[in-house]
Parts: sequence; C-alpha cells; structure tokens
Amino acid sequence: MSGGLFYAMRAVFMRDLLVFWRRSTEVMTSLVFFVMVTTLFPLAVGPERHELMLIAPGVLWVAALLATTLSLNHLFASDYQDGSLEQLLMSPYPLSALVAAKIAAHWVLTGLPLALLSPLLAVQLALPTKAMGTLVLSLLLGTPILSLIGAVPAALTLGVRGGGVLVSLLVLPLYTPVLIFGAEAVAAAAGQGFASVAHLSLLGAFLALTLSFAPWASSAALRVSLD
Amino acid sequence: MSPRGLFSVRALSCARGDKTLFAGLSFQLNAGEALHVRGPNGLGKTTLLRALCGLSRPIRGDIRWRGERVSDLAEEFTAEVAYVGHLNGIQGELTVLENLQTAARVFVRGKERMADVETALARVGLVASADRPARHLSQGQKRRLALARLLILRRPLWILDEPFTALDAASVEGLSSIIGEHMSAGGLALIVSHQAFDLPGIRDFELARFCKART
Repeated sequence: MSGGLFYAMRAVFMRDLLVFWRRSTEVMTSLVFFVMVTTLFPLAVGPERHELMLIAPGVLWVAALLATTLSLNHLFASDYQDGSLEQLLMSPYPLSALVAAKIAAHWVLTGLPLALLSPLLAVQLALPTKAMGTLVLSLLLGTPILSLIGAVPAALTLGVRGGGVLVSLLVLPLYTPVLIFGAEAVAAAAGQGFASVAHLSLLGAFLALTLSFAPWASSAALRVSLD
Repeated sequence: MSPRGLFSVRALSCARGDKTLFAGLSFQLNAGEALHVRGPNGLGKTTLLRALCGLSRPIRGDIRWRGERVSDLAEEFTAEVAYVGHLNGIQGELTVLENLQTAARVFVRGKERMADVETALARVGLVASADRPARHLSQGQKRRLALARLLILRRPLWILDEPFTALDAASVEGLSSIIGEHMSAGGLALIVSHQAFDLPGIRDFELARFCKART
C-alpha cells in the first residue's frame, strides 16, 4: 500500500514534469521575467556599485517572489480545465500526497532553475562573491516554501474569473515572512547585518512547517473548488 | 442492518447554488445491475452523478457502499468507483499511451496494471494513435481514450456522464458491449445519456420524479 502510494506520487511528479517540459514556454516565462526584472534595477538605479550592493538581496528576492507568483497559475489551471484534476480526486490514494507531488514538480521547474540562475544575476547587482553561496542556499530553501504556500490560493481560485490576479493578491502577503528572512540572510552574508545562519535556520523551519500543512490545505481547497 | 443493495442511496437531496434540484431520491443497485438516469436538461443529472462519486456534497441523504457510509469509507470508496464526466480528463501534451500509463500508475493499486494498457487501447481502437499527442485526437477519439480508462481501472462501480457523446455508431455499440460485459462480470453502472443505446438489463430511472414542479 505505502509502496503503491510512492509509485503514484512518482507518476504524478513525472507526468507534471513531462507536461511542463513540453509546454516549456510557460516555464520559461517566469524565468525570463526573473531575469528581466533584476536587469532593470542596475539600469534604473545606475552603475554605482555600493548602492547596487545595498539593494541586491532585496531586488533578487522580490524578483524571485514575483516570478513564482506568475507561475502559480500553471500548477492546477490546465488540469482543472481538461478534467484531470477531477480524476485525481477519484484516486485511491490520499489527495494531499498527490498534490505534494504536483507541487514538487512545480518547484523543480520554477524555483530550482531560478535559484541556480541567481548568482549570474547577482553579479550585475554587484553582490559580493562571498554572499553567492548564501543567496543560492536561501533561494533553495525559500522557493519551495513559495510553491507550497502558493498552491493553496491557486487551488482556491480555480474557476474564478480573473483568478490569476487574485492569486497574486492573496499570496503576496503570505510571502512576506519568507521575503524578510531570505533577503536578510543574503544581506547578512554580504556583510550588512547579523550572521546569516539564523535567518537560514528560520527559513528551514518555515519550510518544514509549510511542508506539513500546505499539501493538506491545498487538497482541501481543491475539493471545495471542484464541488 | 437489513441486507440492502451493494450500492444504496436513500433520501438524497442536492442543490446547485441555492436551488434545490431534487429531494428524497432513493434507489439501490446490486451486482450486475445498471441504471439509465433520464430527464431533461437542467434537472440535475450531472449533479447527482458527482454527488454519488463523492466529488460534490449533497445537502442530505445517505449513500452506502456495501452497507457502509460512503463518507466514512472515503478513499476506500473512491478506490471502487470509476467516473467519466463531461470533461475527458486527458492531458493534451501527453501521448495517448502516456495518458493511459499515468492513469494506470496513479489510479490502480497492484502490479498487473500495465498489461491492461495495451488491451484497453486495442479495445477502443486507438492502437494506431498510441504515440500521437492527445491534443491531436478528434473529439470522438478523446472520448474513447477517456473510456479506455474504465478498462484499466477495473472498478466495480462505473459512473458515466454522457459517455456516448461524439462517438460514432460503431463506437456506441462497442461501448455498450463493454458496459454489458462489465455488468455480466458483476459490475455496477450508472449512466446518464440522452442518446439511445442498446443494453440488455438496464433499468430506466426518471430523475423528474424527485424534482419539484418546475416553473
């Protein structure tokens, strides 16, 4: 039984990876958005290294936040439209486990590339090299939280007109703690504050917390949306 | 408890928004039996089917499977139901074969599931299209793919909402015989359809009996 659940979760995960991969424009959109937004700042603020270095952690984290928000629609919307989601609700396995697999696939294709790409963009924002590791680590810890929390409003607004904008409005306030700790961790590593370990530990704790409740909450939201 | 049907529904009421669609609906179904739910548009046939398979919540009523409340059984009950709704539940980016393989992995417990995929494809006549992306299929072929899932799932209770839409005459006959075989193997079926089909032993069920006079 538990082996069966694992296979089912893996099947959902692989299916979503394959679907997103074949629809790569959607995945690329949020990544390109991330690149664009971070590139706009040096252009607008000017090439002053010290100023750029001060805003770099915040800019990178806000851009990551907005890029993830953009991609949240892909999580359930197409499955909702073609009826796959309805079928997923009829699976013999706990829905929250399958939803967790979907969220994992979403993160692998949005959060993970974003975290890996971030050092490249940090260079143009004059982030010190010693903070690069912390930047990647904070995003690796933080972006799964963004995908997990975002799944709840994404599930709730299925079938609602203008759902995309509504998701952003609902989700951005919930993202603020992640933003604060994430950006602070990077700033600390760049030598602007306390040690970054504390912030990273808090991010880790936050990840553990959302991991335990977000799949469950979004599967409950899905049942409501599909009623 | 008195022995009742394998699948029994008592005093079921459902609403859409604030409008009660039907009330006091009761029936029971035993192994090898099927119901053809009939009635004009807007009566609540789809709502009834969705309530029966647990996708939507009825206002009140008692739905039992093997004598136990469906709400108590939860996933134990969904593991016994196959539902084909208006939406086909097909992911257009995946090929026909990938769609069925995913269904087999996510919805079937046990090992023998993959052998069924080939058989099911052959049965609905989609072997030649197995490697085509599902979005390139015609409406009728998509419907057939959705119905192929029934054969893979091997569930005792089939709940089918307009299964014959977009199917050509030969496929309608093919599906009727699939349902017929399901029934003779002891399966149950609830079918909503406006299209005429030939299935020996199926009972008609007029939903209008449980609806208040409509204006």
